[in-house]
Amino acid sequence: MKDLPAFEHGVDLSARIGALTFKNPIMPASGTFSEDLADVFDLDVLGAHVLKTIMHGTRAGNPTPRVCDLQSGMLNAIGIPSKGIEYFRDEMLPFWAGFKAPLVVSISAHSFDEFARLAGEVSLAGVAAIEANISCPNIEADGNAFAMRPDTTHEVVTRLRAETDLPLWAKLTPNTGEPVEVALAAEAAGADALVVANTLLGMSIDIGKRRPRLGNVMGGMSGPAIKPIALRMTYQCAKAVTIPVIGCGGISTRDDVLEFLIAGASAVQIGTATFQSPTVMARLITELRDWMVEHSINSLDEVIGSISAPEIGVIE
Amino acid sequence: MTHLPNVMTVPVSQGLRPRCSEATCRVVSNTLVNGEYRLLTLDAPEQILDCQPGQFFQLLCPEPQGEHPFLRRPMSIYGYDKVAGRLEFLYKVTGAGTRGLATLEAGDAFNVLGPLGQGFSMPDDWQHLMLVARGVGLATLAPLARMAQEKGRKMTAICSARRPELAMSVDLFKSFGAEVIVVHDQDGSSTPEALRTLIEDRIETSQVDAFYTCGSSRLLRLLQSLGASHGIPGEIAMEQQMACGLGMCQACVRSFRVGDQIIQRRVCREGPVFPISEAM
Repeated sequence: MKDLPAFEHGVDLSARIGALTFKNPIMPASGTFSEDLADVFDLDVLGAHVLKTIMHGTRAGNPTPRVCDLQSGMLNAIGIPSKGIEYFRDEMLPFWAGFKAPLVVSISAHSFDEFARLAGEVSLAGVAAIEANISCPNIEADGNAFAMRPDTTHEVVTRLRAETDLPLWAKLTPNTGEPVEVALAAEAAGADALVVANTLLGMSIDIGKRRPRLGNVMGGMSGPAIKPIALRMTYQCAKAVTIPVIGCGGISTRDDVLEFLIAGASAVQIGTATFQSPTVMARLITELRDWMVEHSINSLDEVIGSISAPEIGVIE
Repeated sequence: MTHLPNVMTVPVSQGLRPRCSEATCRVVSNTLVNGEYRLLTLDAPEQILDCQPGQFFQLLCPEPQGEHPFLRRPMSIYGYDKVAGRLEFLYKVTGAGTRGLATLEAGDAFNVLGPLGQGFSMPDDWQHLMLVARGVGLATLAPLARMAQEKGRKMTAICSARRPELAMSVDLFKSFGAEVIVVHDQDGSSTPEALRTLIEDRIETSQVDAFYTCGSSRLLRLLQSLGASHGIPGEIAMEQQMACGLGMCQACVRSFRVGDQIIQRRVCREGPVFPISEAM
């Protein structure tokens, strides 16, 4: 399985996200992927490569400990350490140009202006799409993440849209109480796709030391524990918008992938599962293909959004 | 727990040889070696046994009763033998992960990822090596001692412990040809002051070319100070909370002093072995 063509065993694994076509729907979640994974398997088997969020300037990141584990997942407060835009342009971009998989660049900023400028700066040859991490705190809104509210989501996506012609994905946060309104705002402002979702804000305490287990006190929860929440939000958003939704949150098995596709996701991102098993993404591609062969399914279109759910029963 | 198959078939493009692999090993034995430590011996596939002393593996620990360790646990290599297909870890049961490890029995399948990180170096002009470590930190230096013996280096190993009978691997270090000095808390021989006197005495009587240590910040400060005043280089294997172990997540950073700058490095990737002079 060295190059996994999209058509294999008569099965079309390709995934379309707006104008882009990926050879399969499996890609890494931002922050859980880097060139280091090339030590473990051939990264060109993946549908796309999604880089860790970069910011314009250099940042050290949060104090340690930056991670701790939970019963069925983990908390992280890494703090987006960034080597800045020059490092991205001069070092990272040439490295990733050596791969065939399309490159998705995740960006973030703490203000509308900074965010918009960065979108322009990363719109370079070799970048297939921009993923806007709008789940990080906006200092112009009391530290609330842009994606917490429809109005700030609309404004930031509008500003980004004006600065780039590349496909623009908005990565939403599950911490909002109005996910559908936020999704619709991102779509209305010109996003080409949504990534649903990101980590949930959480906390853990070491009872012996009576101290938070993260240096940053609070952090983002990820892993299998949050999968039902991300799946619910994927379902809600995919029903509401006409642009593609990329599912993300706790996906670690083939059946998890299928749940998100059936709920309406056009592709999925794998994050924390890679920390447990660095080869998981490659395995999921094979397992998904085998499942399609077994069920005589020729194309993902037969799976995506195929949920048969009653219209009632929504718990508000 | 996790949904992992028993054997990983890793897709690798032609020409690319993975630096590390996710592999399923078979437990040969998992026994208590003294009151505090356990030795886990694995039957391991050849592709994960090109190890260097100081490197580590990420262990997918079984779930002990009522606990759910989720992330892999980094653990330094105690012993490896490519010919015999053996991989060994020496550990102390301290948390959910190591409590899970303690449940492993002969014949069990066990998933490991590695070898990871940068190991110890041993330049040709480092002829007399002084190994100084305490408790389970000594385990990390065991494969280094084996390498030193193979390279024909002279070794002095200072093994520190709370009580003399808890000093780890004394016989192992002796078998690798090291002169072993046990220091402990009961007679006060393990205090930094006593150790300073002991080490300075050694430096006087027989030239010491390099220090190696592991873990303890007290020992680090002592060796840093001795290294600076006597011009002796050295290396330390360090620890930090990790998630991926590969360098992706950037969780395991520590600060290092390089020239007049403080920089951050990932323990899993740039380390776990660092120059003693730069560690903080």
